[in-house]
Amino acid sequence: MKALLLVIGLSLFSLCLFASQQAFWVQDVPWDEGKALTLNWHTAADSIQLQKADSLGVWETIYIGSSQPPIYTDSDLTPGTNYAYRLIIPQKATADSLFYTAEAKTLEQWIYMNKLSYLLILLVISGAIMYYVQSARMGKDYFIRRIGGLDSMEEAIGRATEKGKPILFVPGIGDLDDIQTIASLTILSHLAQRSAEYDTKLIVPCRFSMVLSAAREVVKEAYLRVGKPDAYKEDNIFYLSDDQFGYVAGIDGIMVREQPAANFFLGSFYAESLILAETGYSTGAIQTSGTAQASQLPFFVVSCDYTLIGEELFAASAYLSRDPQQLGSLKGHDFGKLLVIILILTGVITEIIGWHWFKAFFEGAQ
Amino acid sequence: MSHFMSVLGLWMSVFFTFSIFSFLYKDNPFYKLAEQIFVGLSAAYWLVYLFYSIMLPNLFTKLISDFRGNIILLIPAVLGLMMLMRIIPKTQWLSRFPIAIMIGTSAGISMVRYAKSDLLSQISATMINPFAGETTSIVIGNFLLIIGTICGVYYFYFSKKQEGISAVPSKIGIWFLMISFGASFGYTVMARVSLLIGRLEFLLKDWLHIIN
Repeated sequence: MKALLLVIGLSLFSLCLFASQQAFWVQDVPWDEGKALTLNWHTAADSIQLQKADSLGVWETIYIGSSQPPIYTDSDLTPGTNYAYRLIIPQKATADSLFYTAEAKTLEQWIYMNKLSYLLILLVISGAIMYYVQSARMGKDYFIRRIGGLDSMEEAIGRATEKGKPILFVPGIGDLDDIQTIASLTILSHLAQRSAEYDTKLIVPCRFSMVLSAAREVVKEAYLRVGKPDAYKEDNIFYLSDDQFGYVAGIDGIMVREQPAANFFLGSFYAESLILAETGYSTGAIQTSGTAQASQLPFFVVSCDYTLIGEELFAASAYLSRDPQQLGSLKGHDFGKLLVIILILTGVITEIIGWHWFKAFFEGAQ
Repeated sequence: MSHFMSVLGLWMSVFFTFSIFSFLYKDNPFYKLAEQIFVGLSAAYWLVYLFYSIMLPNLFTKLISDFRGNIILLIPAVLGLMMLMRIIPKTQWLSRFPIAIMIGTSAGISMVRYAKSDLLSQISATMINPFAGETTSIVIGNFLLIIGTICGVYYFYFSKKQEGISAVPSKIGIWFLMISFGASFGYTVMARVSLLIGRLEFLLKDWLHIIN
């Protein structure tokens, strides 16, 4: 008897739950930047229509189609705003429609859980860099393999000194907010130091005022470091033009008239890369280039004696200075590369097995 | 008058086009003239452009119309003035502060941006089931994508001497890079040829009226 009562009670409870289930409801997407709402519905109908009320309360259709899957995400919304939606289910038998309305407010959370992989990777790589920098400071010696393009720097400076001709350094056409320009200026520092030691003229034409100021500071500092502040000539680091091809035309003129013995094109380059490198080649200068612009690397590879490909440009500073702190940082970057390889291999294996959650975890951060 | 100006403009375009082309032979006074007018004009143009499109609407107009509401704009304005202090030798050191702020913020923003666009996008795009392709060529392509990415990343691993077995993935990586450079080179050369065609079209159509 008790068992019968229990079965009846549970059946009634289930029936009540089913009866109380809403046909249409809207929810804020949890753990996000507050720009999305999910619309959910329960219906046996094949097709549905969704409408959203605009600021004046006028309904605008946002979706017409299949009712499956019973979920729709409305994105690109304003955080902290109330949005009203309407579900329209056409009734074939009566040629009428059922209307359900629901509303919800977009809420912005402090932590976006879909970007957790992003945070974890940044924390792991940053932690590795800090660890290696610290251990390098404590005296641990790290090995860096040979980078041909950077070894050539001494050769190029030596050649310019022997010939009594200047060195041309082009820090790219990017502004100071481009990480390649910053990497380029760290190489300039080393080059300026060497040219100061050998009393070789160093010419640095700049495209942007900020780059000009930074380049002047870097070169001046290098001359001070080797104890030759009087040899520093501010006029050798100058502004040409903000215009991309105006800047290139100016550099071409310098290459043809000043006939530098060594040209360095290091930084961010675009369509002008071949024009620069080709003119430099025609003057017979020894040329070293480096950029992370994948589309411009082919032109440098074919027309320059040495090319720093992508990451080599960023490793240059540590390679040239052999400064323990920078070597530690480079070691940390290498740890990041190993991590990338391991993650890719793991991802490929999990995809083959059919565990798609691993890839989804990383895709969520985009 | 307007006709005269358009004809003058056309002839000037032709003159400067030939002056620039003359560099293909060797450096000469015509190229020097064209180059220096181009550099000077473009520098002046950008100065005026930056003043009217950035300084005026983003700083001066906002400060004049609503000073209290835009008081935060005084920070970049002061940083800009500090950059101008380079003109006076004794105050040159002041420009180091805006440069330091610029480099620091650029490095920080770039780290976050590149980690997202280059690192995570590349990782997740390479996490594929190589056998999932419908045709053999797709399957081969999937394998090439995975091998190329892993070996390409390994090529830039600097902390280990690349000799013996550890040199193999590195060599595969540089092969992938060089093949992609070759393809990119061919593609861009075609784009450059179209620029030359554009210039020749101007000379033959707009100037000489030889072609329609």
